[in-house]
Amino acid sequence: MREVAVLGVGQTKFGELWDRSFREIGIEAGLQALVDAKLGSGDLGGLFLGNMASGTLLDQEHIAPLILDYAGLAGRHLPAVRVEGGGASGSLALHQGFLAVASGCYDFVVVGGAEKMTDVLDTTANEIISSTADHEWEVVFGATLPALWGLIARRHMHEFGTTREQLARVAVQMHENGSKNPLAHYRNKLTLEQVIGAGEVAEPLGVLDCAPLSDGAAAVVLGPLEVARKYTDTPIRIAASEVACDTMAVQHRASVTTLASTVVAARRAFQRARRAPGDVRVAEVHDAYTISALLALEDLGFVEKGQAGPEFASGRFAAGGSLVVNPSGGLKAQGRPFGAVGVAQVVELVRQLRGEAKERQVSGATLALAHDVGGTGATSAVHLLERAD
Amino acid sequence: MSIARFWRETPRRYNLGGSKCPLCGTVYFPPRPVCPTCPQHRRSLEKMVPFQLSGDGTVFSFTVVHDAAEGFEMQVPYVMALVKTVEGPILTGQVVDVEPGEVAIGLKVRATFRKLREEGKAGVIHYGYKFTPSLETDVRPPARGPAVPVETAAPTSTDRASA
Repeated sequence: MREVAVLGVGQTKFGELWDRSFREIGIEAGLQALVDAKLGSGDLGGLFLGNMASGTLLDQEHIAPLILDYAGLAGRHLPAVRVEGGGASGSLALHQGFLAVASGCYDFVVVGGAEKMTDVLDTTANEIISSTADHEWEVVFGATLPALWGLIARRHMHEFGTTREQLARVAVQMHENGSKNPLAHYRNKLTLEQVIGAGEVAEPLGVLDCAPLSDGAAAVVLGPLEVARKYTDTPIRIAASEVACDTMAVQHRASVTTLASTVVAARRAFQRARRAPGDVRVAEVHDAYTISALLALEDLGFVEKGQAGPEFASGRFAAGGSLVVNPSGGLKAQGRPFGAVGVAQVVELVRQLRGEAKERQVSGATLALAHDVGGTGATSAVHLLERAD
Repeated sequence: MSIARFWRETPRRYNLGGSKCPLCGTVYFPPRPVCPTCPQHRRSLEKMVPFQLSGDGTVFSFTVVHDAAEGFEMQVPYVMALVKTVEGPILTGQVVDVEPGEVAIGLKVRATFRKLREEGKAGVIHYGYKFTPSLETDVRPPARGPAVPVETAAPTSTDRASA
């Protein structure tokens, strides 16, 4: 296998982009990444596009060639492939792009992620995102995606003493981080009282424990590390790209309070990169719900099982700490355009590793981790990135 | 959801029919064609046997839903729970006939046959299981099936011998 590097990145603003179409945002992110990589489109081998639900959200399937077409590349007849894995679609596209370059089949690829969540009513969007859980054995009985995470949260509180305040601290911190991100859906800060006092969604989770439904797109250009310096001064090596799966329904997990898919993907990634959780200085983790971030910190190996509540509340994962979590604001504040999330995580981490994150810059960031989850954890992806110089 | 799609799942949703691996003895709900936990995974194919759940269990975790799933808007706030059945499998379902504030982890419940939701005035009506608190003084019969689970096949020594 060849070593693979990120040569360029691009991302649109996340939010309620009512004046912009799916193809507009998809192309904006992709072309930004190509320009950033100083790569001519003639060098491209293909496009991998992460997207969860364009069929139900936009009445448009077959979107990979659509984006390729409007990016002006249809005449080159490149292969363009859509990749779907619920909320982890973007990371799965990245994994496919990584495999394509690592194998030597393609030299340069664009990996995009794009989702338009706000062209349908919230009730429809919520029904669609719930379909990333097991429709026949969870959703039919009245469960929603936040309800399933609420079940996980309640059990975590029962087993480990995690408190409502500790959950709320995650949302407060993510909005603090997001306030420094010009691309974020939400840049307002929150107080603990606001989070705890917000309307209930699925107890113990309230409205402000849940990431928003956002529109947005992100893209990266990948190529072989050995030639990366021709295209960028700061190639970022993909030290590991790992995907792991688990049971579709929460009810069938060996443990309701552990995402085994995350545990295994992280273990494989650290093994492949010959690194340990303690080496990571900056991470973008799945915080679709406040409880999701706590599970992520535990299952990625950053804290002991059950200890994420108090550890996070201590402030050790905020700016200035030895490990900064979600400097972008995470899904909670930067936003949650499902298929774009995993790619956007890598865009943020590449900017951090290059030293281009401005107000959000994590000093001394050398090894970075991206963690993406589909549904309630039937799929997890972990990517490790590091500076190649 | 199409009528056929819902109708296919009727035996399980209405009757709590699961399956059991004759090699390792693990019980599953819904039924599975192959045993996910058995070291002899591949050998369990076509050997899984039907297994009837009693419907009795305890609340393993729960949430009070205020932002309803489609078709459940009239029921808010409603309690969704993970119920650990006495036979082992965990089921996801509503806990009803109880104030949400009275539901706690460990509460003993029993499955009962109820209407789940309807798809508009002319659409399919979905039926299935919900759970209600079970009382010491409960004189109701089990929700369905015989109290003692029926096994239609027992593991044989040859099944156990080879890997």
